[in-house]
Amino acid sequence: MIKKIIVAMSFYFFSITAYADTIKVGILHSLSGTMAISETTLKDTMLMLIDEQNEKGGILGKKLEAVVVDPASDWPLFAEKARELITVNDVDVMFGCWTSVSRKSVLPVIEELNGLLFYPVQYEGEESSKNVFYTGAAPNQQAIPATDYYLEELGIEKFALLGTDYVYPRTTNKILNQYLIDKGIPESDIFVNYTPFGHSDWSKIVADVVALGADGKKVGVISTINGDANIGFYKELAAAGVNAEDIPVVAFSVGEEELSGLDTTNLVGHLAAWNYFQSAESDLNTAFIKNWKSTMGPERVTNDPMEAHVIGFNMYVKAVEKAGTTDVDAVREAMYGITVPNLTGGTAEMLPNHHLSKPVLIGEILEDGQFDIISQTTEVPGDAWTDHLAESAVLTSDWQSLGCGMYNTSTSSCVQLKSNY
Amino acid sequence: MKINFYIILLYAFFINLPAVAHHDQFNIFLIENSDNIIKSSAKTVDTILRDIQSFDDEIVSRFLELWKSKSLYYIKDTKQVVIVNENNESFDALEIDGLTGIGNYTKKEIKKIKPNSGVRAKIDSLLVKYQISNSDINIRRKSLDSLKRNIQPEHLAVLQDAYINESDAELKTAIDRLLKFAIIKYSDSNDKKLEIIESFKGDTAIEIRASLNQLLNSSEVKVGISLPNNKNIARVIVPGFTIKNSNGTSGTTNFFNEDVEISINDAYDKLYADNLVYKKRITPEELKKILQQNIIGDTIGGYSISSLDNEQSRIAAYNKLVENNLAPPFISENKINEEVNKFIFYSVYNDSSSEVTNAALNTLASINLRVQIYKYIDLFIDGLSLASIYFLGAIGLAITFGVMRVINMAHGEFIMMGAYTGYVVQQFISNHTLSLLVALPLAFIITFIAGVIMERLVIRHLYRKPLDTLLATFGISIALQQIAKNIFGTQARPLTSPSWLDGSLSLSDDLSISYIRIAIFILSLIFLGLLLFVMNRTRLGLETRAVTQNPVMASNMGINPERINMLTFGFGSGIAGIAGIAIGLFSKVTSELGSEYIVQSFMTVVVGGVGNIWGTLAGASLIGFLQKFIEWFNPSNTLAAQTYMIIFIILFIQFRPKGIVALKGRAADD
Amino acid sequence: MTDSINDLLARHTLIFTIVVVVFSLFITFFSEPYGNGLISTSFVKTLGKTVCLCIIALAMDVVWGYCGILSLGHFAFFGLGGYMIGMWLMYERTAIIVQEAATNELLPLTETELSNAIGNQIFGVVGGYDIPSIWMFADSLGLQLILVIAVPGILAFIFGWLAFRSRVTGVYLSILTQALTLALSLYLFQNDSGLRGNNGLSGLQNIPGIEYLGQEVISIGFFWASCIFLISIFLLFHSLMKSKFGLIITSIRDNETRVRFLGYNVEIYKLFIFVLTAIISSIAGALYYPQAGIINPAELAPIASIYLAVWVAIGGRGKLYGAIIGAAFVSLFSSWFTGGQAPDIPLGIFTIEWVNWWTVLLGFGFVIITIFSENGIIGFLRNIFVKEK
Repeated sequence: MIKKIIVAMSFYFFSITAYADTIKVGILHSLSGTMAISETTLKDTMLMLIDEQNEKGGILGKKLEAVVVDPASDWPLFAEKARELITVNDVDVMFGCWTSVSRKSVLPVIEELNGLLFYPVQYEGEESSKNVFYTGAAPNQQAIPATDYYLEELGIEKFALLGTDYVYPRTTNKILNQYLIDKGIPESDIFVNYTPFGHSDWSKIVADVVALGADGKKVGVISTINGDANIGFYKELAAAGVNAEDIPVVAFSVGEEELSGLDTTNLVGHLAAWNYFQSAESDLNTAFIKNWKSTMGPERVTNDPMEAHVIGFNMYVKAVEKAGTTDVDAVREAMYGITVPNLTGGTAEMLPNHHLSKPVLIGEILEDGQFDIISQTTEVPGDAWTDHLAESAVLTSDWQSLGCGMYNTSTSSCVQLKSNY
Repeated sequence: MKINFYIILLYAFFINLPAVAHHDQFNIFLIENSDNIIKSSAKTVDTILRDIQSFDDEIVSRFLELWKSKSLYYIKDTKQVVIVNENNESFDALEIDGLTGIGNYTKKEIKKIKPNSGVRAKIDSLLVKYQISNSDINIRRKSLDSLKRNIQPEHLAVLQDAYINESDAELKTAIDRLLKFAIIKYSDSNDKKLEIIESFKGDTAIEIRASLNQLLNSSEVKVGISLPNNKNIARVIVPGFTIKNSNGTSGTTNFFNEDVEISINDAYDKLYADNLVYKKRITPEELKKILQQNIIGDTIGGYSISSLDNEQSRIAAYNKLVENNLAPPFISENKINEEVNKFIFYSVYNDSSSEVTNAALNTLASINLRVQIYKYIDLFIDGLSLASIYFLGAIGLAITFGVMRVINMAHGEFIMMGAYTGYVVQQFISNHTLSLLVALPLAFIITFIAGVIMERLVIRHLYRKPLDTLLATFGISIALQQIAKNIFGTQARPLTSPSWLDGSLSLSDDLSISYIRIAIFILSLIFLGLLLFVMNRTRLGLETRAVTQNPVMASNMGINPERINMLTFGFGSGIAGIAGIAIGLFSKVTSELGSEYIVQSFMTVVVGGVGNIWGTLAGASLIGFLQKFIEWFNPSNTLAAQTYMIIFIILFIQFRPKGIVALKGRAADD
Repeated sequence: MTDSINDLLARHTLIFTIVVVVFSLFITFFSEPYGNGLISTSFVKTLGKTVCLCIIALAMDVVWGYCGILSLGHFAFFGLGGYMIGMWLMYERTAIIVQEAATNELLPLTETELSNAIGNQIFGVVGGYDIPSIWMFADSLGLQLILVIAVPGILAFIFGWLAFRSRVTGVYLSILTQALTLALSLYLFQNDSGLRGNNGLSGLQNIPGIEYLGQEVISIGFFWASCIFLISIFLLFHSLMKSKFGLIITSIRDNETRVRFLGYNVEIYKLFIFVLTAIISSIAGALYYPQAGIINPAELAPIASIYLAVWVAIGGRGKLYGAIIGAAFVSLFSSWFTGGQAPDIPLGIFTIEWVNWWTVLLGFGFVIITIFSENGIIGFLRNIFVKEK
C-alpha cells in the first residue's frame, strides 16, 4: 500500500529532470502560513521581473523559468524545499526567505550543495555566507542611521526598544543597546520589551512607554515589532493619543504593505527607516510602480524588500551575462562590484562581503498610508559584522580577496568558512 | 490642492501687510542660507533661527509657518527658496512674500522642502514668541501646545508677558502652568521655586513629574577622600553595591534591578583616571595581549605556552614578566578592593540648593504614592479589559461547548467570519457608525446560518462522540481558514472603528483606558445579560437545558431536540460572529484571528466550569486578571506570563477538574 | 478474498517487517550513494522523516485508538526529543569549529574563554553568550541520549499522574494536553528559555564527526535507523496489544468504569501507556530532526498534535497499520500538494491552485471520513473487501 504510493510519488519526482535550455529561478517564499502575508508579494514581484526579462529575451539567449515552491512558513520545510530546488529541480539561483530563522534553516543546505540565494529582507547582520547575497539592509544601513537621527535630529534622551520576540529584534536591540551606551545614554534610560508574534494586547506596554516620560527626558520608541502585531500596536498608540511630536515611533518592519491594513490618520508623523519608499522620486521607481500596479491591481503598494529583489535580480542578470554561465562559483565571482541603479535614484553596488551599498531613508507616515521622505543619506556600504559589539568588531567578511565570511582581523585567520546557523 | 488651500489661508492672515523694506535683505538672507534651509537639520538650524529674528516679525513668522508646514519649495538649478501655485502639472514659483513671480517650472525642476520633526519643533519653539500674542485664539492655543514640549529660557519672559495679556480664562490657566514649569527650570529665585513645588503636591500629571525630576538631575559619579561639605549631595555610592534611583538618591540592588551604578573595577579605573591611584588596573584582555607580545619560542616568562590555559597560570607568567620589567605590575583583586574602599564615591544634585531638592523629593514622594495607587487601579482595569476580551471570545463556546457539550474547534473561525463581515460591510458603507450598526446584526445572521448548516451537516451525526466532533470541526476549521485566505488574501484587513470610539478615557496620565476597550467591556456585559436572559427566562433556554440534560425525556415532553440543537448551536455561533467584530475593531482582521482565540477560549470555559455561564465569566476573569498580574511581575516578557498562566491552568484543572463553578447533581453527569 | 493484505498485515507482523525491509532496500538501491541515483537525497530525507512521523502516529494510535486517550499533545514529546538530540548536535558542531579556530590564537584559550566563544557562536543570534545550565550535558552524546528518554518520560509521568489521578478524562483531557503543548511551545518561544527562542536549533543535519560522509550517505543511514525503529515499535505494540495487558487497555477504552470495578488500577495502566508512547514519540523526534535540519518551537504548536490525530483518524484508528498509512498518506500528499507539483486545474474563469486549495480539500476530506468512515481509510477498504466476500 505505502509502497504503491511511494512508487507513484517517486515517479513523479523522477519526471522532473533538468531541461538545459532554460535558466531556472527558484522562488522560495511562503505562500501559506503566517509569513504568507509578507512573502506572497515577493513571489509576485519575482514572477513579474522574470516575465519582464523574458520579454527582453532572457539571459544569454535562454529564457528564464520560475520554479515556485511553498515552504508554508514552516522553517524545517524551508530546508527541505531548498534541497529539492537545488537537487531535484536543478535551479540555478534562488530568491527567497523572509525571517532570519528561515534563512538559517536554508543556510546549511545551500552551503553543502553550493547553491545561490538572494535574501531580500533587512536583517540583524552577524552573518556572511558564501552562498547568500544579502540585498536587504544590515543594521548599519537601517537601525544605526535611524538611531542617529533620533539622537541628533530629534534629541531623544530615553529609548524604548519594543520588539517581537525573535532573532532580528533581539540582535538589533543588542547592537543598539551597546551603541546607545557608547553614545552616552545610560542603560537605565533604555527600556526593552519583547512580545510574541501577533501580540494584540498593547495597552499596558503603551502606557509604560508613556510613563517613561516622567523624568522629563524626551522619549522615543524604536520598534522592531513584526508583521500584524503592528496593527494592534499602532491602534493602541492612536487610542492613547500618543503624538509623533511627543513620543515618536520609528519602525524597522513597517512599510507600505503593513500600513495598508491600517487607518493611518492617527499615525501621521511617526517614522519608518528603510532603503526604499514607494514615494521615492525617480523615473525608474515611477515605471516600476506603474508596472506593479498594472500587474497586481491599482490598490497594491510597493515596499523595500520588493526593491531589494529588483536590485538582486538585476544584479544576477548582469552577473550571468558577465560570467557567460550560470555556474554558481562563476556568477559569484562576477557579482562583486556589479552596480545597478536602485529605485531611489542612486546606484547599488555588490560588495565583497555579499552586502549592498544602499542609501538610508527615513520617512514620516502620511495620511494616505505612504511615507514622506524627510531624510536620505548617500549610499552606505552594508556591514556584515557590526562594529558596535566587541566580539564582532574584530570580524570582517571578504569573499573576494580573503575568501572568508568570518575573518578574525586580530588573529588574521578565518574563523570558519561555513556560516553560523 | 491642499497646498494651495494652505497658502490662501496664509494670505488671508497677511494680506494687508505693508510692503516691507526688509524684503530684499530677507531674500539675501535666504540665498545665503539656502543650503541649510533646503537640507535642514536640527544641528544646523539654530544659527538660522537665531539670525532670522533680526528681520521683521511678520515676514519671519510667515516664513517659519510656511517652512514648518512643508509648504516651501526650491528650484533645483538655482536653489532659490520659493512658494508655488500648482496648475495642471506646472508650477508657478513665487517669492516668499507671495507676490513676486519668478517663473513657471515643471514638476521635475522644483522640489519640496521637508524639514524633519526635530527642525519643526525648533521652528515651533521660535514661533511661540510671534504667535502667543496673536489675535486668533486658535493660533495662541496651538503655540502653547508646542511650547509644552520644549520650554526654553527665553520663553520665561514671553510667558510672563503673555500671562498678563491673556484674556481667555482657559488659556490663562494653561499659561500659568507653563510659566510654573519655566520658573522651576530657569528662574534664579529659590523662594518662587519652593512655592511652586509645594503647589504641585498630589498632581500626577506627567509634565509635573518631569519638571520635578529634572530638578533632581544629579552629576556623574564623583570621588574624594571624604564628602564635601558645601555641596548638595544627592547620594553616596558604594561601588558594586548601590544602584541609582530615578530621583537621584541611591538604593540597594533588588530582585528586578541588578545593575549597580558603578562596579568595583570601574570605580578603580575612575580613581586611576582622577590620579588618585597611580597603578593602572590590568584587565584580563590587556594581560593576554601583553603575554602575547612576549612570546619567546614556545614560552612566555619561562612558562610553556600550552600551560597557559587558565587564569592562574597566566597571572603567574605575567608576574614573571613584571619581575623582568617587561610589563607594568598587576593589581590583584584584593588590592583593587582595598584601594576603592579608601575613597568615597558620591554624586551631587545639579541644583545647588538642598532646600529645593528636598522639597522636590518630598513632593515627588507624595505624587508617586498616588501614581502607585493609580497603577494598581490601572492594572485592575487592564485585567478587567483582558477578561472581557476572553469572555467575549469564549461566550459563544459557553453555549455550544458549555451547554451542548459540542467541541467546536471551528468556533474561532466563526469569530473570524464575523470580523470579515465587518470588513466587507465597511467596503460598502463608508460611514463607520452606520456600517457598524449594519455589520453587527449581519454578522450574527451570517454566523448563525453557518452554525446551523454545520450543525445539520456534521455535528448532528456526531452527538454521541465528542472526540470525533472535535476532529471533524477541526477539519472544518482549517478548511474555513484557508478559504478565508483564498478570498481575502493573507494581508490583515482594516476594520476601522467609528471616530467616537477613537481615543481613550483618561483619568490621569497613568490611568487611561481606550474607548474601544470600554465598548468591549460593555458588550460583554450585554452578552452576559442576554445569555442569562435567554437561557433562564425564555422558552428556547428552557428547552435547550431540557434537551442537553435528557434528550429522550425532553422529546417525550413534546420538544423537538433536533430543532433545539440546531437553534442553540446557531445562537452560539451567531454570538461568536458579533464577538468577531468587537475583536477585529481592537486588533486586526486576518484569517488566523480565530485560531488565536480558540485554545484560550476553551481553557476559559473549562476553567470556569462547563455548563454554566457564570462559570465562563469566572474563568475569563481568573485568566484575564492572572495574566495581567503575572505580566506585572515581569513586564518585559509577555510570553513568560502566558506560559505561566497556562501552566497554572493545567494545575488548576488537575485539582479542580470541574472548574470554578462546578455543576452539582444530575446535570453534572457527562 | 478473505486473506486481504490488510488482514494479513494484522496477523502476520512478519509480512510487515518484510515489506518495510524490502521497501528500504528498494530505496537504497535507487538512492544516490548506493544506487543509480534515481531517488534524490531530498526525497530520501522526506521518506525518512515520513517514517518517523509513522512512528509517532503508531504511538498516537496506541494511546488514542487502543487506550481511548485523545492526547492533543504528543507532538510536544516529539519536539522535546528533537531538542534533546539537537543540543548535542549543535554544541558538538560548534565546539569543533571553535576549537579549530582557537588553534590560530597565540595563547591556548582558558575554559571561560572557550565556553564564551562557543556560547557566542550558539547564542549570538539571540543576543547572549552565556551557555545556560540546561546545556550542561550537551557535550556528551550519551547523556543527551538518556535525556531524550528521560525528559519527556518524566514530563509525561508528572502530567499523566496528575491528570489521571484527578480522573480528568475525555474532552477535558484533550484540552489539557493541548494546553501542555501550548505552554511548552510558548516557553520555548522565549529567548530566555536557553534554547534559542524562535530560532530553535538549526544545522542539525550536520552530524559532528561523520560530516565527511556527506548528506547522501547520512540520509540513508537515518532512513534505515528510522525504518528499523518503526519495525521494532510495530512489533512491540503488536505483541503488547495481543497480550492480556493489551486487552485491559482496550477495555479501558471501551468502558473505563467497568474495568475499574473489576479491580484493575486503571490509572496505572493509562499512565504506563501515556509515558511509554511519550518516550517513543521522543525517540521518533530525535530521529526526525537531524533529518529535518532544524527544530523550533513552532513545531510544538498545538496544531501539530491535532494534525497527528487527523493522520491517525484518516488512516484508521485502533489498527496499527492504519496509523502508519494515515501518517504516510497525509504527510506525503501534503508535501506533494504544497510543493507546487500538483497540476493546477483550470476551470475556465477560475483556476484551482492546489497550493491554495489543498488545505480546504484536506479539511473537508477529513470531515467526510470522520462522519462516514469511522475507521478511516482502512475501514473504508475493509468495507469494500467485506462486500466482495
